[in-house]
Amino acid sequence: MMTTGAAVIQIMPQGAEYIRILPEIVLSVFGMIIMVLDPLVDERATQKLLGGIALLGSLAAIAATLYQAQFPGFGFWGMVKVDGFSIFFHFLVTAITAVVILSSFEYMAVQRIRAGEYYGLILLGAVGMCLMSSAVELVLIFIALEISSISTYVLAGFRRRAAISSEASLKYFLLGSFATAFFLYGVALMFGATGSTSFSVIGQVLRSGQIPLLAYAGVALMFVGLGFKVAAAPFHVWTPDVYEGAPAPVVGFMSTAPKAAVFAVLLRVMFEINAPGRVGLIWVATALSMTLGNVGALVQQNVKRLLAYSSIAHAGYLLVAFASLPDNGIPAAMFYTASYAAMNVGAFAVVSHIAGSGERYVTLDDYAGLGRRSPLLAATLTIFLLSLIGIPMTGGFFAKFYVFSAALQANLIGLTIIGVLNSAVGAYYYLRIIVVMYMREAREELPATPVSPALGAALAISVAATLYLGLLPGRVLEFASRSAAELLH
Amino acid sequence: MNLHTWNPVILTLVTFIPMAGALLLLLLPRRDRDIRVFSLVISLFTFVLSLHLPVHFHRAQAGFQYEIDRAWIPIPNIHYHLGVDGISMWLVVLTTFLTPLCVLISWKSIDERVKEFFIILLVLETALIGVFVALDLFVFYFFWEATLIPMALLIGMYGHGRKVYAAVKFFMYTMIASVFMLAAILWLYAKVGTFDFVTIQNAIRAGQVGGFASAAQWLFLGFFIAFAVKVPLFPFHTWLPDAHVEAPTAGSVLLAGVLLKMGTYGLLRFNLGLFPEQARANAWWVMILALIGIIYGALVALVQPNMKKLIAYSSISHLGFVVLGIFSFTQAGLDGATYVMLAHGVSTGALFMLAGALYERRHTYEISEYGGLASSLPVYATFFLFVVLASVGLPLLNGFVGEFLVLSGAFQARAVYGILGATGVIWSAGYLLWMYQRVFYGKITKPVNETLPDLDLRERIALLPAMAAALVMGVAPLLWLNAISPAVQTALAPFAQLASKVVGQ
Repeated sequence: MMTTGAAVIQIMPQGAEYIRILPEIVLSVFGMIIMVLDPLVDERATQKLLGGIALLGSLAAIAATLYQAQFPGFGFWGMVKVDGFSIFFHFLVTAITAVVILSSFEYMAVQRIRAGEYYGLILLGAVGMCLMSSAVELVLIFIALEISSISTYVLAGFRRRAAISSEASLKYFLLGSFATAFFLYGVALMFGATGSTSFSVIGQVLRSGQIPLLAYAGVALMFVGLGFKVAAAPFHVWTPDVYEGAPAPVVGFMSTAPKAAVFAVLLRVMFEINAPGRVGLIWVATALSMTLGNVGALVQQNVKRLLAYSSIAHAGYLLVAFASLPDNGIPAAMFYTASYAAMNVGAFAVVSHIAGSGERYVTLDDYAGLGRRSPLLAATLTIFLLSLIGIPMTGGFFAKFYVFSAALQANLIGLTIIGVLNSAVGAYYYLRIIVVMYMREAREELPATPVSPALGAALAISVAATLYLGLLPGRVLEFASRSAAELLH
Repeated sequence: MNLHTWNPVILTLVTFIPMAGALLLLLLPRRDRDIRVFSLVISLFTFVLSLHLPVHFHRAQAGFQYEIDRAWIPIPNIHYHLGVDGISMWLVVLTTFLTPLCVLISWKSIDERVKEFFIILLVLETALIGVFVALDLFVFYFFWEATLIPMALLIGMYGHGRKVYAAVKFFMYTMIASVFMLAAILWLYAKVGTFDFVTIQNAIRAGQVGGFASAAQWLFLGFFIAFAVKVPLFPFHTWLPDAHVEAPTAGSVLLAGVLLKMGTYGLLRFNLGLFPEQARANAWWVMILALIGIIYGALVALVQPNMKKLIAYSSISHLGFVVLGIFSFTQAGLDGATYVMLAHGVSTGALFMLAGALYERRHTYEISEYGGLASSLPVYATFFLFVVLASVGLPLLNGFVGEFLVLSGAFQARAVYGILGATGVIWSAGYLLWMYQRVFYGKITKPVNETLPDLDLRERIALLPAMAAALVMGVAPLLWLNAISPAVQTALAPFAQLASKVVGQ
């Protein structure tokens, strides 16, 4: 569907329009370079060389995002739109990609995984995620979603020698395809209801007069598909198994970057097109996610599973913002994705280091005595966990704060109470990890392996981001508020 | 140099110097002796610096002093707003006074993970001071929560016995209770648009807060529950004996000496300051709970076989006095309550230090393990007696002044409260002196106790300041009260108006 007059006449895209997909182009080019180089270079050299190229690619993508910010507007016949909102999520996705690549160097070497496709897939997956946040047309969103999903399906199975990893990959693939089908069906119904797949047209139709019944069904089905991707209950059952089996840095990646992108889509679906039935739908999903996630996490012994349940709970907190009013719900949700990304990528970076060869050390018992064995690493993980609890001065606190105050302003008192009680429950299991690290002695003397410089850098960036969002959240929130206002008007 | 120019920054300095010290400690090599000396220097320096507060304090002037108010975060509207009045100033000094003593008393007893211990201790000091100086509800809440983590770590890492259980119980009790306070704070923020204590207080008094009348009772309870758990008020007290028994000595000293006062300070500052009408309406049951705390705490203390648990229960009893005084809404009652806070901090702190010294020698707190110690440890026995008498409330020592004032305030409020409260004084004499008798008098029953070394120089240096403070506080209470009373008057101003309103009708 054509939206702007200029785009109708113009057949060939102009130069500025390429800039509007510049980060995607950069990531694709670097991803393909890696894929091509992979079979050509010596296996021992792949680690450093290809990892370095991937890092360079993600940094170039960050630069491209910043450059792109000067060229807001539509591109490609109204299918992509560069605005503050898309810039925010582009930056987030590319930054997560860079940090995850940094934290993968050591992991890849320890696990002896051939690195070529790994880095390639991360970059190509990031293409899809970036595109999701700037796409304003449902079919393009579907394509972007698939690009991102397919690369994460493969990444989940990257520990080829471990059966549990292949299981994770297969499970994720089967259930994920199923969920994507739901999304596609929702898109079809939406098209049937409004006669367009473009957000601006759908928004106009849904804002003017009678809302067709099909639109409700369309929104509900799209929500099923997207809810699966963000691991919101009741579409969350895959999460613990997949997170447990997938390589730890990949879990850090797929629990943040694709989620951020899907939340961006969800924000556009829910608010930009003014989705009917939004509050009821979200209310149920968020209450379920918070409760099931937290209760499930209480009994976990495996740290990766525990963090998987925690991510379900956090998806729940985040969705609270979607039930609120748009003017403060959208910035709250954006802030939450950013701070959740900072702390979760960091937490999984620590997990990936401790896991050791073959991911042997992933149970809570393996964390016993970590405070003594590697004090700095334990302190770092403590910061992330405190942020996940939502202790003030960490990003996690303000994330929850903005979300719940947005909910209060929308008079969602019941939901706020459920959320606040849930965060008290959440405190218990995060605290358990801290308690084990500092207060329990290790049963066997595990070696304290030194943290590689790249992983150290990844951790430093995550800590800095977590604390920055906790101490000076003003600028990020202000940016989010401005782009939310742009999105709505 | 004119020291007055320091006034705007002094609170920031006092609050964050321990934190800066902790950060420097991070960089120091793991040479335990250096780390101890360095922590001592930092905590002493903080103490000296904090003396600036009472020295330059304008006694006659009500309201907050040494204020600093800077915009910090625009959304939500958070200000870095610090300030002290006559009440919180002394609590700050109490904190800075006890911390160097804690460093001294932990000199030998902490012999592994020394660096972490002192880092945690200094971070805890910053958080504690922050609680008392914060005038922005958000900043207050931050420091309030921030005390939890180092304290839980102190108990869990350096405690004994069921330390992890005690640490987690402590953390969860306080954490869950504070969530209610956070909810109340957020409500106030949503209505007033600021976290600033003074602004919110003025808005409430001017009746400019929409929906306040219907929400006030809930807000009062939201704050109350967080503080009641911390005090701890019966029936929220069950975490305290566990936490105390398992905590290391320094942890116990700060827990009893300062952390519990966060609760009573909160009641005074926020429950009375923001919700005077609700405070008055709810006073009857709060005072009953306080009385139950006084008597129940004392009775349970009486039968404790464990010395540290006995002191812990005595804290519940003493803190009951503070709550009783606060909710009597009389000048004497509140003066006394504040004074008991300070006196209890000094003397119970000293009691825990003494108990800790004994534990270092014999590794047990069981009273039955001792007996006749007066002959083998004469200096220790003398110190102990002095502190016990201060704690019991012997005239001319610090305990007496506060309890006397509280009881006379309680009498003014309602005679029966005063009478019941007064029994608490008798009980405390009972359990403390009886414990003293069993531990120090009679024949030595266990041969190991004959050869115990007496207090060494370091321990004496740690204890003497506390004893000196107990004496001076008993002889010259006006040194403290002349700053406390104006602050109490300000706190009571709305109550005087309330009373006249009632009389006018």
